[in-house]
Amino acid sequence: MTHDDRGLKGLNNPDYPIPEELQSTIAVTSLDRIYNWTRAKSMWPLLFGLACCAIEMIATAASRYDLSRFGMEVMRASPRQADLLIVSGTVTKKMIVPIVRIYNQMPEPKYVLAMGACASGGGPFKEGYNVVSGIDTFIPVDVYVPGCPPTPQALMHGFLTLQKKIESQSLRTVPWYRSGESEAIPVPILGPDIIDPRQADLIRRHAEQAAASRDTTTPAPTEA
Amino acid sequence: MAEKPVAEQAGVAAPDPVAEILAALSEQYPDAVQADTRKGYSGIVVRPEKLVEVATALRDQLGYDYLSSATAVDYLGKGDHLEMVYHVYRIRQGGPALVFKALTPRVSATLPSLISVWPGADLQEREAYDLMGIRFEGHPNLKRILLWEGFNGHPLRKDWKEAYYEQDQKPFDSRWPGGKVHRAEENNPYGRNVSYPDDFTLEGYTPPDENSIYAGLGMGVSMQELASPGLETERLIVNLGPHHPSTHGVFRMIVTLNGETIESLEPVMGYLHRNHEKIGERNTFIQNMPFTDRLDYISSMSNNFGYAMAVEKLLALGARYQPPPYRAEVIRVLMAEFTRVVNHLWAIGFLLNDLGAFFTPALYAIGERELILDFFEATAGSRLMCNYMRFGGVFKDLPERIQGIPLLTNDRVRNEPTMDFLDSLINERLPRAVDELDRYLTKSEIMITRCEGVGVLPPEMAIAYSTAGPVLRASGVPYDIRRSDPYSIYPELDFDVAVRYNGDIYDRYLIRLDEIRQSIRILKQLLPRLRETEGQPIISGTKAYSPRVPEGEAYGRVENPKGELGFYVISDGGQNAWRYHVRAPSYINLTALSEMCKGHKIADVVAVLGSIDIVLGETDR
Ligand code: SF4
Repeated sequence: MTHDDRGLKGLNNPDYPIPEELQSTIAVTSLDRIYNWTRAKSMWPLLFGLACCAIEMIATAASRYDLSRFGMEVMRASPRQADLLIVSGTVTKKMIVPIVRIYNQMPEPKYVLAMGACASGGGPFKEGYNVVSGIDTFIPVDVYVPGCPPTPQALMHGFLTLQKKIESQSLRTVPWYRSGESEAIPVPILGPDIIDPRQADLIRRHAEQAAASRDTTTPAPTEA
Repeated sequence: MAEKPVAEQAGVAAPDPVAEILAALSEQYPDAVQADTRKGYSGIVVRPEKLVEVATALRDQLGYDYLSSATAVDYLGKGDHLEMVYHVYRIRQGGPALVFKALTPRVSATLPSLISVWPGADLQEREAYDLMGIRFEGHPNLKRILLWEGFNGHPLRKDWKEAYYEQDQKPFDSRWPGGKVHRAEENNPYGRNVSYPDDFTLEGYTPPDENSIYAGLGMGVSMQELASPGLETERLIVNLGPHHPSTHGVFRMIVTLNGETIESLEPVMGYLHRNHEKIGERNTFIQNMPFTDRLDYISSMSNNFGYAMAVEKLLALGARYQPPPYRAEVIRVLMAEFTRVVNHLWAIGFLLNDLGAFFTPALYAIGERELILDFFEATAGSRLMCNYMRFGGVFKDLPERIQGIPLLTNDRVRNEPTMDFLDSLINERLPRAVDELDRYLTKSEIMITRCEGVGVLPPEMAIAYSTAGPVLRASGVPYDIRRSDPYSIYPELDFDVAVRYNGDIYDRYLIRLDEIRQSIRILKQLLPRLRETEGQPIISGTKAYSPRVPEGEAYGRVENPKGELGFYVISDGGQNAWRYHVRAPSYINLTALSEMCKGHKIADVVAVLGSIDIVLGETDR
């Protein structure tokens, strides 16, 4: 962490007057503030690429765009060591199963950045039979970055937006410091099509309706 | 040199090989073969019962030793049969493809497997089984490959409909001219991209066990043969991927180990299967161009090239077709060769990653790539997904100047005439970058010990397994489509086909350096051509958004950085392709992966994979 004035002054939250000779080393601040400050400036993204967008993600990490300027260059290959999941590409039904597992394996606090049109909503391949319409149908997303693929500048803007979001959080309200265990996302199942266990009821209702309409030959309402 | 009728050079007047072959074959198999006489079609139709025999004769007697592409077509409502289409080549002589086909009914579709003739048919037949539902008798491992076991139906069949299905053809009436855009989710009862069979319930449903994937792996291999004498080892099944830093994307391999030695390896893919072909058959011809960018997303420009060529072949069947103007061909080759440089730099950088030199070599290797991307961006508007070529040319001429916008504080803002930029890039920067890589890496002790003699692919095997591109040429087979079946302006350009003879990782690394140097040689010859043709047209005919594509079939192929990229396109005279298939080099090169890895150590797997250089967008499509 650099000891530059801007950083520390920014940290001096209640604007407590500090003698000039100590300004480069001392700040008076709140717990939230210093906690978020350290978190935001040392994110460890998961080393995880999905599709074309991952190529731009790599370019963002390389020399010209240099992600390390934001303290985000330590990419970890293991989800256990990462706190940011960059979903960089098309999410397929076959892949969503491992992705949810990976997300569940990441320790809290954790954040998700949906990079590009595909991860945000299905993108150009949305109508495909093996494509999930956006990662947010399964796991919560913090920042969406538009583009196909987003340019490195756009991705960096996404990172900065995430940092802002983190800086505005409070230890009191973030979900991961509530008492009790946080719930894991149920892992989807590969059936005749992808099955989200959270939709089990809906699927049963539709099967019942379909069965009823087969028995009575009266058409059942198609809309749930 | 200007105004050369380019298309004419590409051997249009050559004698028709099909008639000759057909004559030779019908002597031996009088009832089994006949010419394909449908309008716009060519090639031979073979009776399924004789398929293996005819294929063997083609290989052994007529010299067609290389199976390039095998794919299925569904002729629903047009004869109601499924058809398997094979493209084979003579790899030593070169020349165009011989096409042969076998028909099978749509219900209980079955054909004999050609794996015994060309082992390279392996993954392609599995794909046809998965997506079209053709059973291949005699295939040792006929399982789904891109989708999962238990998936409902075979999606590339014409009567198979997705959850978000709206209409067979784009543009959808609701959007154009209707203008009533809706979100596909709104019409789906689950609000998602899912649909289940009517009688499907979760109760009593047991999802397929992951263990079934592992069952039967590595069986029938003698542990003792591989083990060092006196050393007790254990059989172990290790799963690499789909999330793994060295699988170049979401690729998965299941490796059976004896101690640390690899007994067998099974690739598992489909984690990025984004239904490119199904979507491509719904798009109008021109709408599909941007989708080809996303196949091999490192080489979007040359993907465009291949697709444009395939559709141009179809257009050439019509009366009013004009080939692309000369300047357009020069620009296309310029883009394709730049792409090759980009791709090989990337491949070398990331091979080093896989060898354990984490990221530093890659940073050096992809430095120059940014300059080329700047040029792409200035020309086509995008760094990666260029969507640059059109049928009959390219959509825009090179810009006058390459200008930068000061987006980054440490970026040098560029503003210079395009030709000056290209001059210095091609004559100075790129050669310097290659020499630098060469100097740092080639003699490196680590490179040599990790790569020499590892992952060897002998030439006969490289041909049998249908490998293409640098993988094939590093095994001593000098096959390069730019020379063997020339297209565009390659005949008038001076370059050598790079070839290496050991077929190991080291040679596959070296050949990429060689190919970058050859590409630079080509690029240098393009500079004067660009200057001479300045101001000339860059596209022929009208810039129609939906050209009328005559009925027929066409196979357009280019020498992509990763190997032969082929587009098999069938038009029924409508707005969109009836069948659109991509022969993806990354996918087919993987057929040989298992053979290359056997007997090596587990740590070598990622290096071998890195040396094949795959990209998942194209592998899974
Ligand atoms: S948003 Fe575009 S570039 Fe990114 S993964 Fe999807 S198709 Fe590829």
